[in-house]
Amino acid sequence: MDFNFVTPSIDHDHGPGQPRPPTALTRREFLKGAGILTGTLAASSILSALAPSRAWALELKTLTSAQGEALLQMGKVLYPHKGLPDAVYALLVKDLDGAAGKDPKTAQMLSEGIAALDKAAGGSFAAASDAKKLEAVKSLQGTPFFNTVRGQCITALYDNDMAFAHFGYPGPSWDKGGYINRGFNDLKWLPDPSASASPAPYKA
Amino acid sequence: MAKFELNDDSVVVIIGSGAGGGTLANELCQKGVKVVLLEAGKRESPATFINDEWKSFGQLAWLDKRTTSGSWRVAKDFSGLPAWTCKTVGGTTTHWAGASLRLHEHEFRARTVYGDIKGASLLDWPLTLKELAPFYSRAEDKMGVTRTHDVPGLPGNNNFKVMYAGAKKVGYKDCNTGHMAINSRPRKDRASCLQIGFCFQGCKSGAKWSTLYTEIPAAEKTGKLDLRPQAHVLKIDHNDAGKVTGVVYRDADGKDQRQKARVVCVAGNSIETPRLLLLSASSKYPDGLANSSGQVGRNYMRHMTGSVYAVFNEPVNMYRGTTMAGIITDEGHNDPKRGFVGGYEMETLSLGLPFMAAFLDPGAWGPDFTYFLDNYTRMAGMWLVGEDMPRPTNRVTLNSSEKDQYGLAVPNVHFDDHDNDVAMRNHAYAAGEKVYQAAGALKTFRTPPYPSTHNLGTCRMSANPRDGVCNKWGQTHDVPNLFISDGSQFTTGGAENPTLTIVTLAIRQAGYLAEQLSKRSI
Repeated sequence: MDFNFVTPSIDHDHGPGQPRPPTALTRREFLKGAGILTGTLAASSILSALAPSRAWALELKTLTSAQGEALLQMGKVLYPHKGLPDAVYALLVKDLDGAAGKDPKTAQMLSEGIAALDKAAGGSFAAASDAKKLEAVKSLQGTPFFNTVRGQCITALYDNDMAFAHFGYPGPSWDKGGYINRGFNDLKWLPDPSASASPAPYKA
Repeated sequence: MAKFELNDDSVVVIIGSGAGGGTLANELCQKGVKVVLLEAGKRESPATFINDEWKSFGQLAWLDKRTTSGSWRVAKDFSGLPAWTCKTVGGTTTHWAGASLRLHEHEFRARTVYGDIKGASLLDWPLTLKELAPFYSRAEDKMGVTRTHDVPGLPGNNNFKVMYAGAKKVGYKDCNTGHMAINSRPRKDRASCLQIGFCFQGCKSGAKWSTLYTEIPAAEKTGKLDLRPQAHVLKIDHNDAGKVTGVVYRDADGKDQRQKARVVCVAGNSIETPRLLLLSASSKYPDGLANSSGQVGRNYMRHMTGSVYAVFNEPVNMYRGTTMAGIITDEGHNDPKRGFVGGYEMETLSLGLPFMAAFLDPGAWGPDFTYFLDNYTRMAGMWLVGEDMPRPTNRVTLNSSEKDQYGLAVPNVHFDDHDNDVAMRNHAYAAGEKVYQAAGALKTFRTPPYPSTHNLGTCRMSANPRDGVCNKWGQTHDVPNLFISDGSQFTTGGAENPTLTIVTLAIRQAGYLAEQLSKRSI
């Protein structure tokens, strides 16, 4: 199951526009031991204007909810960004869950790594203090588990529309005609270069 | 477009369709020579290029298996990706930034001017700037290089404005929007630059020169070009007399084909070119084709590189517009008093958010790293590119314990920075930081080298056949009808982005080759 913003819908159990809670999972999915991560975008987040709904849910195929939560928290320790919603970090969990589903060895490595995080945090990594979390992550630096999660962060966290909006990177520009008429040289806080160093743009 | 028979032994086979091979193909076709152009990658077009860094990388980059060794940081950060080159029609001219600088006069005489540098295998080119100047001019005209042939400079973007302000404050004299093969106004059927950004992802407006939509279609119009995409050459054949007779390639359907040839020109970029010569070893040539000197694969150069990124108080939005939008050339000269020989250039560079995360500081994590991404819109960036020292031990070899999808030994790229490279890089980092600090930077960062884009020297030109692989025409010393037609020919690297020189050498080589063909001397 893909990462989804929960689209408003009407069903028998819930009113219109309500996010589908974990209980909506079928019995079969429960038997598979799949987990689910859910969250809500802060109303103040720039992303809440873009998403079809503030609530999001990520169903996991291989990892449990607790494992998913631990990886999400590990992502936040590795690449902390104030105000970056958990929905973006959930993309890391989605990618790792996908990798675990494809390869039992990866699933086992993640499972053991998460267990090591819990152990290093003295119980539950996800519930530990920020200082304890950092210590636990540091203690695993250099392990294949650490390298896998850290490497996955780079593509999972920074190559998606929510991250683009959060960090102020607009992505493709060709469909908007490039920046020739959209501020490629609009910087005003430094003196302009001479015309010989930087000639005026061509006007048809 | 022409279609030549596999057993037509009158054709010139060119391997690779980038700056060297694509240009050579057109130049030969214009002279009436029949050319079979074999390209390992698929044919894309401006319409199919993608404004998305990772997707485009998957579309254009050469991703066949490679290995690395040596003390260079690329081997640690990108162990399977020593180089960022392309496997597509047009080769790396789809990806290149467009900077088109001539080598300096003294750079053709590196051994004479720099002296005997310990641990380096410097050699003078068997060529001078004076000999090349008319061909440089033809290349600049062909490519539409700004600030040559009455083509105006490009307008500077925000990233350039920051560089320029800092450069002026630290007292640099030569800072402008550079010599770029990107149209500043419509010229020769190519549109004017729309400041799209994404120069590295294939130029969707076609303003940037690429053999894909200039040389290759022009060659096709002559009826003399048979372009075969998805044709990966596995081996070059030769006869008992030692002359090459054709090539074996794997076609798009996975079938092996043998194309006969009168002449073979290799332009696969400086990793694949020596690899193919080594893979073509035989009982007659046990060390590989054209390798009696033992120099095939050696003297691999990749330019001294590094980047400086800086965060400012105010927005920059460096991703807008030309990726390489301007240059400072004040450090391009040779002044050993700086603690190293050779020079370097400072050129603006920007990366989108996905690649900034991947390349700013590979392997890093934590708040020191995320600080820069948090301030992405307020960042400016520059690339530092300078002359590195050729070393016999910096080398492309066959790694027989690893096989690619064709079952062939993968290339291993070994590189150790020379002390001169390290001294130059440190000087360049400090100079770049000074520029940004002068412009008001809050924080600067020294980004380590990306996978190599300027791969050079692995089949170098030499006056004496003992010292290199080919002569000053790119003709191999050992095999008269085998030519090297890409940056592998470079005797030394110079400080400048190499594409203009590769195109220049290809134009010159085409003239020589056509003459030899008509004289029946090859």
